[in-house]
Order: sequence, then structure tokens, then C-alpha cells
Amino acid sequence: MPRKNPPITEAWRGITFTRRALVVGGAQAAVGLALAARMTYISVIDNDRYVLESESNRVNLTLIPPRRGWIVDRHGKALANNRVSLRIDIIPDRLHNRDFVLGQLRTLLRLDGDTMERINRDLKAASGFQPVAVAEDMSEAEYASILVRLPELPGIAPQRGFARNYPTGAAVGHLIGYVGAPNAEEYQKAKDPLYITPGYKIGKDGLEKYFQPMLKGKPGARRVEVTARGKIVRDLETQPDVQGKTVHLTIDADLQEYAARRMGRESGAVVVIDCLTGDILSFISMPSFDPNSFSDGISNSEYSWLRADDHQPLINKATRGLYPPGSTLKPMAAIAAVQHGVDPGERHTCIGGYRLGSRFFRCLGTHGSVDMATAIEKSCNSYFYWLAHRLGYDAMAPTAKLLGLGEEFQLAGSNQRYGTIPDSAWKMRRYDQKWSASDSLNAVIGQGYVSVNPLQLAVMTARIASGRRLYPRLINREFRNEPLPFSAEALAVARSGMDRVVNGAGTAVRSRLPLDGITMGGKTGTAQVRGLASGSRGQSGAWKYRDHGLFVCFAPVENPRYAASVVIEHGMGGSRAAAPIAKDIFTFLYDREKAMEALETFEAGWGGNIKERMDRDYAAWKSGASSDPNPELPQ
Amino acid sequence: MIVVPPAIQRIPWKLIALLSAITGFGILVLYSAAGGSFTPWAMQQTIRFLVFLTVAMVIGRLPIRIFEDFSYIAYIGVLVLLIAVELLGFVGGGSQRWLNLGFMNLQPSELMKVTIVVALARFYAQLPPGNTRSWTALWPALIMIGLPAALVMLQPDLGTALSICIGGVVVMFVAGLPFWWFGSTAIAGAAALPVLFSFLHDYQQKRVLIFLDPESDPLGAGYHISQSKIAIGSGGVGGKGFLNGSQSHLDYLPEGHTDFIFATMAEEWGLIGGLGLLFAFFLLLRWGTRVALKARTRFGQLTAAGLTMTIFFYIAINLMMVMGLAPVVGIPLPLFSYGGSSMLTIMTCVGIMLAIENDSKTGTRRLH
Repeated sequence: MPRKNPPITEAWRGITFTRRALVVGGAQAAVGLALAARMTYISVIDNDRYVLESESNRVNLTLIPPRRGWIVDRHGKALANNRVSLRIDIIPDRLHNRDFVLGQLRTLLRLDGDTMERINRDLKAASGFQPVAVAEDMSEAEYASILVRLPELPGIAPQRGFARNYPTGAAVGHLIGYVGAPNAEEYQKAKDPLYITPGYKIGKDGLEKYFQPMLKGKPGARRVEVTARGKIVRDLETQPDVQGKTVHLTIDADLQEYAARRMGRESGAVVVIDCLTGDILSFISMPSFDPNSFSDGISNSEYSWLRADDHQPLINKATRGLYPPGSTLKPMAAIAAVQHGVDPGERHTCIGGYRLGSRFFRCLGTHGSVDMATAIEKSCNSYFYWLAHRLGYDAMAPTAKLLGLGEEFQLAGSNQRYGTIPDSAWKMRRYDQKWSASDSLNAVIGQGYVSVNPLQLAVMTARIASGRRLYPRLINREFRNEPLPFSAEALAVARSGMDRVVNGAGTAVRSRLPLDGITMGGKTGTAQVRGLASGSRGQSGAWKYRDHGLFVCFAPVENPRYAASVVIEHGMGGSRAAAPIAKDIFTFLYDREKAMEALETFEAGWGGNIKERMDRDYAAWKSGASSDPNPELPQ
Repeated sequence: MIVVPPAIQRIPWKLIALLSAITGFGILVLYSAAGGSFTPWAMQQTIRFLVFLTVAMVIGRLPIRIFEDFSYIAYIGVLVLLIAVELLGFVGGGSQRWLNLGFMNLQPSELMKVTIVVALARFYAQLPPGNTRSWTALWPALIMIGLPAALVMLQPDLGTALSICIGGVVVMFVAGLPFWWFGSTAIAGAAALPVLFSFLHDYQQKRVLIFLDPESDPLGAGYHISQSKIAIGSGGVGGKGFLNGSQSHLDYLPEGHTDFIFATMAEEWGLIGGLGLLFAFFLLLRWGTRVALKARTRFGQLTAAGLTMTIFFYIAINLMMVMGLAPVVGIPLPLFSYGGSSMLTIMTCVGIMLAIENDSKTGTRRLH
């Protein structure tokens, strides 16, 4: 022992024991106090946090996606509603044995390759708990076959919910838009847990997107007590969802469907406007897509099919399609001329064209001596060349703009291209060139720089027919619709010219309404796709080089109630392609049976209604045959 | 005045009341943990308690001499059993901790917790006082502790091995071995921790790492600690009420009737229940310490101090574990957790200390 120590005795040992036993006891007491302090800390200071964690353990909150508000037409008929849907989703985070589960689903639900491809694609893009739809609208039998195997299929979430339903399918595609499951980006933006709830859809396009805040409703919630293994012990409470608000449109659902069907295999647009209020009664772009397909999660191949179609079913031609309006602008030019002091009775002799300097602008015929109304009736280019040369297009462009051409309308959910009504200032701005007389001559017959969309054409017609500055609307918004600053004489000559186009000896006499006492006024237009210089008149050859056929009209002539524009892409002529469609649509407004009879005859020839044709075309496309690039024309 | 017969007077009613209070509370918690049922735990625990309490009372009646005389034999016997377990475990594969005796599963490592203390106490009681600071006071003790601890570590059972070491070391400490031996060993031990750590099994290493950072794996191995803290924390001051603990009833709390029974209790009884239980344990340990201080023989002193430490070690490690202050080691809460082995150990400790207490009441102090 290097250290000096007191001698060790029993007494010393006893004292040492007592001392050390007390040290040990003290240490134990200190640990005990520390434990008491720790427990106090956990259960008092951190109590809130742990209560929350305990509750989030115990209670599983399931959001119930709200039923979406309906979109109804002017009579309350549903354009978009909801139907009960049995669905199966995959929760990616809970999917452990992916290949096995997908294989089982494929067998049980007989999913095709397309669907599997879409599911795999969605699974790749999905984030964590964002559900991926496997199947919707399943039959009870299919649903039950999944339910009984649920324990072997982790990550599969069956659900009884609602799905968006568009009763008229493709007829409302471009008008209503469609809904779809929110993507990761939209979820990031909204930060709403509802966005990752299976079965929840948001508006992705058109009115569905525009009215999303109104239509979405409030989600319900189901609180259940669950064990650590996810077994539901009991339901705690269920708060029902609140359905979204109903959106009332000015659309007439029956007319909408009829017009869409009447378009047949053509590519184009129809807009029908109420001349009293500016209500848009039908708003059609065909061919279209079936919004039901999009809402269910469209398959890759169906989407490629839509994209591959040269008739462009994904583009809303009523507002996004720009066309040279051709002769449909002649009534407008007549109004402008009268406003600038031209006597409608003044005559000009058509010699088959009009000479401007060294150039000869051709007319479609040799009409002889014509006054203003006759020039509209016969669609005489020479007369309007003469007017345009005399007045210049700068005198006409303001009238065109007053009638709604070149205007972008405040219209719910629409994305418009508003085209061009040219004048000298525009040309200087755009091309840094002076306006020439030949520019005026081209513009007055709706060619050259002029381009408009079908909605503008319908508004123009409605304004000519009503004499008021009607503002188009899809929902009940108030507009002043003040009278246009045109003389009665100017409007009268335009209307009478249009009356004679159909009911006189004009270009659309074959499209007279088959009704007693109700007549339609209109104006045909044939717009060249290729320049005049190409020589061809665009009446034959490849589909995409043919002339567009246009028709604007209103009825009844005496007391206009409805106005419409019909644009048929590459229809070769307004009287040939567009006017007959307008005739049937107007007939439908007054005599449904007669109109339906006509339609059924046509559809028999086209091979069924829209859905039947689309299904068959898609099937043909899938089996390798591309869609017919040169579709048969009606009549 | 009623004359209480001496036979009844000699029964330690206060101690029995204390033990019954702790175990009774535990039985209530077990009843709740089973979803409001006496089966499968509460009833069996009650029977077990009554049997072991009787055993403890019988042990307490034995003369202290017997323990001293048989301490080495018992130690060697248990050591042989440990080796037997190790050999059988080697044959059976995996972690082998018990011997199947047909009528019960005997866990020799539990017995070792008691015998190491008794054997060391005898060793130091017989050691001449002058040798207290010599080498002869050290090496036999180190071997006596080291052999069983190593065997238990091989099982592997870190918690029990530590418990054996602590019981032995505390006996050495109160026996008067130089203070600096313990200090320097502690420092050396701390320095050697990383080396020791590398000797641990994978799952043990993982437990230690998870303990250091439980949030690193809240759904995996850190799950036990996280859920236990949630149970205790969500109980608050007054608890959620009897039979209302969601953490335990919905199976979020693992081992809610054994190692994590304190969390089950705290969830339903809150801080009040927790502090009440801590106080009851304090009374038990205070009794043990008093027995040690009042013991008539040196053997009694050392044994009582060591056994008190053994009981304390159970309580402290278990509570530190459920409150997230220690890694998850499988140590039950004495008298409270469901299970026979730990109750047998604790009741044996209590019985021996009772014998020491009785011994100190009967004669004069004889500290040789």
C-alpha cells in the first residue's frame, strides 16, 4: 500500500458500511427523484404533444370526397351530374408486393394492357399516399371479388363513391370540360388533404375548371378508432359531405345534343344564341372527346387516338378556331355602307368581277345590275368590291367591331382566340405597310387578313338580328345590351338581304325551314383555305385543302328570336355544308319531331350516333387502321 | 387492551401491506390491459403473488445462518445451471435463457442475481478487516462476478448481466473496498465503452443507437420507446381513466403487460398513479436500506444492501427505459409486470431481507 491509511478495524468497517450504504441509498433516491421529474416533464409539460400523438394513433380520419355540384341547362336538365361508382384504388405507400398485387388485379378485373400501362404510369408519378385509380364503375360482382381478397392485397383501397357523369357525353365535351384526379403539382399548390383522397376529382378544363370553387362542395369526414394493425374498432362519428352548388347555364341541353349529333362526321362548330337575352343556347365543337373518359382517367391509347385525329377533337373550335369568314361578313359590310351614306337602292353592275387597276377581282357569277339587298342575296362579290373600293375598309372595320368581331368576350371558362378585323392602322402596326385598296377588296369578302371565330359570327348575327349589342353569356349575368348605333334602314337592308338568301332566290334556298309561318334569314360563306393564286377553287382534292363552309342565320325573320353560326371545316361551301345543318337545328327549336326524323335518317347513313361512331372508330384505330382522313360528306 | 398473540405480532403486516399494494395495483393494470378481464394475466398474477408471498414469509422465518452456510453451494449450483443452459442453448440454437424442468421453466440467471449477492456477502464477511484494501479482497470477487456475468452475456441477456454486476459491485462497495478502485474502474469502463459496444449483438447495438436517437426510426426499433412516451405523456396528471387507455387497448404499446406495464398504468392513472407507485417503491427500498443498516451481522448488512440494490436496479432500469432514458433492455418492473421469474427473484430477496430483519431483532449486534 503506497498510501498511508488508518488501521482497518471492525469499527472502521462498520462506519464505512453505514456511510457507503447511505451513499448508495442517496444515489438511489436521487435516481428516483430524477425519474419522478422526468415523468412529470413528459406528462405535464409535453402532455399536449403526446395527447395529440395518442389521438392521431387512435383515430383515423377519412375524408369523404364531397359530391360535386351539378351543371344544369336552362330548364334544369343535367349536363353534368354524379352517379354511384364502385371503385378500387391503390395507395402507393401501402403497396408492398407490387407485382403480385397488380397481377392479381389484372386477373380479377380482367384489365387490358392499356389500363395496366396507365396504372403503372400513375404509380410512378404518384407521391406517397396519393391514390392511383385502378378501376371505377365496377360491377357489384367485380367489387365483391376484390373485397373478399382484400387481406391478401395490401395497398388496395375499395370505395363506394360518386363519379362525374355527363349524360350526353361528347356533345358537351368542349362546353363543360372534364374533371380528373388532382396531380402532384396541384396537390402541392392546394395543400389540401382532400386532394389525395381517393375518388376526389377537380375540374381540369372548361366550365368544370372555371366553376371549381362553386362546384366542389365541402368534404365529409369519417372518424374511426383503429388498432395498431389498422383494424377498425368502431366508428366515432361521421360528418356528411355538403354537395357543391348547382351551376345553371343558359344552354338548352336538348338543343346542344341535337346540334352536336347533327354535325355528323364533320369537323366544325355551332353556336346558337338567344336574340332576346344573349344566352348561348348551344355551344358546340365537333368532333369532340367524351368527358366521361377523361373523368375516369383516360387511357394512353385513347388519348393518342384523340390527338392523332386530323379533325382535332381536343380543340374547341367554337372559340379557339379562327377562320376567314368569307361572305358571311357581307351583311355587316352593307350596314357599314348604309351608315356611311350609301343608298341601298343604288345599283352596281356585276360583270363577273371588279377591275382594280391592273388586277381583276373575280366574282362567283355575272350578276348584272344589283342593289344592296340583291348583292347579299346573290353573294355578289363585285358589288362589295365596289363598295369597299369606294369607302375603304377603315370605314367598315368599326362596324365589324361593334358587331362583336375581333372581340374577346368575358365568357365563363372559355379560352378564346379572337382573330383579326384589320384596318390601316393595324396593318401599319403589324407589317409596317400602308393599307392598299386591294386589301379592302379582300377584307370585304371576308378573306385576306380577316379572321374570326364561330362565337363571334353568332354574336354578329344576333346583333344584326336584334339591333342590340347583345353580350353572349353562359350563366345568368346582367348585361346592358344597349341598342346599336345603326339606322333602322341599315339593319333592315341587311336583314332583308339575308331573308332573300334563304327565302328568295339566294345561295341557301335549299335550306329553307320546313315549317309553316317561320322563316329563317341567313348568309352563306365559303372561305378559301389556300390563296386564290393557287388556282384551285378548293372544291375537290385533299380534305385539308378544301374550302371552309360557313353559315350565319337567324329566325324568325320578322321578329328574330334565335341566331346561329355554323362553321364546317373544309366543307367546300356554306350552302352545301353549313346551311343544311343550321336549317335542322332551327327546325328542332320549333318542331322537334320533324328535326329528329331528319337526324335519324342522317345517322343511319353515318353509322350510328356520336358514341357508337366514336367507339367504332377507336376500336378500328386500336386495331391498327387509322381514322378515315377523307370522311364521307353528308348528303 | 387486546393482547395480540406473538405469532401474529411477528408477521410483518406493514411490509405485506406494501407488497400487496404494489402488486394489487399491478393486477388492476393487468386487468385493464387484458381489456377488462381477469384472464389471461390478472388472475394468474394474483395466484402467483399469494404463493410467492407465502414463500417469502417462510424464507423470512429461516435463521440467517442457513443462507450464509449454503451461499457458496448455491452459487456453484446456479453457475452449473447457467453452464447447462448455455450448453443446451448451444444445442437448441438461438438465445436460451431457461431450463425446462417439466413443471416450470427455470431461468437460472434470475437466481444468480440473488446468489451472487449472498455469496459475495459471505466472502466479505469472512475477509479479515485488514485485507479490505488488499488484492485478496478483489480478485475472488471479480471472478465470482465475472463468470456468471459472462455466461449470461453469452445467452445473450444484457439486462440480467448488468443486474448481476451491479448487485456484486454494490456489495464490494459497501464492504469498504477503496473508493478509488471504483472511480478508476468507472473511468476505464467509460473509455472502453466503444470496445464493449462492438462486442454487443446487432440487435443490442441497434437498441443502443435507437435509444440515443429514438426519432431516427419511429416505426421500427424506436417504436417501443416512442409509443411508451406517448402513453405516459398522453395520460397527463390524472390519466385517461381506468380501462380507457387507448395506447394499450389498441395495441400501439408493445409489451404493455410486461416490460412496458408502467406506460400502460401511467396512461390510465396519469402522473398521480406514477408518483404513487414511485413512492411505494421508495418505501420498499427504504425498508431494505434500514434492514441493511440495522443488520446484526456483517453478512446481513452486505446481503441486505446488495439485495436492495438488485431490487432498485430492476425498478430504475425499467422506468428509465419506458421514459426514454435508457435503451430497451428486457427488464420487468418488480411486482408490477406480469411474469413469474422476476416475482420469484424479488420475493426471494424480500424473504432473505426479512430473515435478516428478524435476526437483528433477536440478538445483539455481532459484527465480526
